[in-house]
Amino acid sequence: MTATARKAAIEAAGRPAKSGKVVPLGRAPASGFDAGRTAASLARNVIPPVIVLLVLLAVWQVSCSGPGASLPPPSQIWTDSYDLIAYPFFEYGSQDIGLAWRVLISLERVGIGFGLAAVVGVAIGALIGQSVWAMRGLDPIFQILRTVPPLAWLPLSLAAFQDSNPSAIFVIFITSIWPVIINTAVGVRNIPEDYRNVARVLRLNQLEFFLRIMLPAAAPYIFTGLRIGVGLSWLAIVAAEMLTGGVGIGFFIWDAWNSSRLSDIIVALVYIGVTGFVLDKLVALLGRVVARTSAAA
Amino acid sequence: MSAYLKIDHIDKSFERGGVATHVLADITLTIDKGEFVSIIGHSGCGKSTLLNLVAGLTPVTAGAILLEGREVNEPGPERAVVFQNHSLLPWLSVYENVNLAVSKVFAGRKSRAERHTWVMHNLDLVQMAHAGDKRPAEISGGMKQRVGIARALAMEPKILLLDEPFGALDALTRAHLQDAVMDIHARLGNTMIMITHDVDEAVLLSDRIVMMTNGPAAHIGEVLDVPIPRPRDRIALASDRSYLRCRQAVLKFLYERHRFVEAAE
Repeated sequence: MTATARKAAIEAAGRPAKSGKVVPLGRAPASGFDAGRTAASLARNVIPPVIVLLVLLAVWQVSCSGPGASLPPPSQIWTDSYDLIAYPFFEYGSQDIGLAWRVLISLERVGIGFGLAAVVGVAIGALIGQSVWAMRGLDPIFQILRTVPPLAWLPLSLAAFQDSNPSAIFVIFITSIWPVIINTAVGVRNIPEDYRNVARVLRLNQLEFFLRIMLPAAAPYIFTGLRIGVGLSWLAIVAAEMLTGGVGIGFFIWDAWNSSRLSDIIVALVYIGVTGFVLDKLVALLGRVVARTSAAA
Repeated sequence: MSAYLKIDHIDKSFERGGVATHVLADITLTIDKGEFVSIIGHSGCGKSTLLNLVAGLTPVTAGAILLEGREVNEPGPERAVVFQNHSLLPWLSVYENVNLAVSKVFAGRKSRAERHTWVMHNLDLVQMAHAGDKRPAEISGGMKQRVGIARALAMEPKILLLDEPFGALDALTRAHLQDAVMDIHARLGNTMIMITHDVDEAVLLSDRIVMMTNGPAAHIGEVLDVPIPRPRDRIALASDRSYLRCRQAVLKFLYERHRFVEAAE
């Protein structure tokens, strides 16, 4: 990530914190017409995407309804994959399960891989941010490693772990850790000297400094890294599962392609998109909750 | 009797990129227990550096600083600092900011209930007990600095170091805080060192005023005793003879003999 992009991302992460702070002040007087305002904002935010979606579906329907169309139109997807759409949680056998189950299995892998990346990334980032020399030495290496595409790690990790599940988890880990490390390091480096002096006068030990000063002070940066990281891990898991097999959503797409079930693939894509969106919003929300308490005064 | 705080022939130079800058030269100063000493000088003369040396935040190049006969070589709560820009942690409430210091300094020495009482007592000293639940962003600059003072006092320091504590405040707020500091000094009898560039503030608050020459290699130009009895009242002092004489002495030092030359920077 370039410096400007990083700055923009940090600003984006910081901005909601301010608006979050304003809410409690305006709460009391606004209660009278709150319902009307909520409805209005709902209409503003929901109606346009719904209209656009309907138009796109209509265009798709028309363009894929011809006799020579290579992709199925929405109506055909509805009839072909009705089971997948209507019953996300069915279970007919170990390999024949609803898409929600598959998403959950993929999410579990992401949870482990990304969780490890978050913990290790923050720890390494904190160490690097504390030392100018570690930063100078390691930053260029990280900048190179983070551009390696997720799947390029897969053969190596298969060779190392000899098993598909840990390999997939490792790919998630190695993909999502770089933005966490880099952003944490930048955040730690930007801790104001005053806070460090306060810690020194109080003689906080390393652990106390980490918990009481470093984490809260660098939280906005850390969450920017986590948000980028979670997006990358979701990208990586789908690709990794296509190759490693198993029962995740990625393998489902590959399997559907091999049996020419194009409608199923499209339904799975919608699942993946929605899940990725929700993941991103979840981390952003978490970051906002944390940032509200740690936003610089 | 040996001095409470002894600053003994200290030198300080910073080195950056192979170029050494001599900031302080041969500073010697002794301060008695309970004394209020101001250090005044033009900006860039190294007075904040001197305070950081006493705080232990920066190491001395040569010489030594002794507090009660023991050498100062690292920061610690017995030399609490009130920072120029308050330095409260924005993610903690006012209470938690003070409590962070109290729970660290008095860990194992006071019970939880005693620590709570002590935090509230110190917030009360600076009239901030009502705002314990507020975050620093929600209170005014003057209030933040009050909390900064409470946090420093709560460490029960042997010596309180104030680094231009009122520099960022408007004149009225500043006057209120000066009164608060005078009141605290009268009640607790703390030893205090304050950095300032405000002549009136220095004369009003201090027992002695240490005047620094301009850098590089700044040294103590003159030490002025302020023979005004306490408690001092700013309105009565406005026409007080010795107040005006002290004020004039500092002004003369700063603006006649050691006029600040910007080009020398």
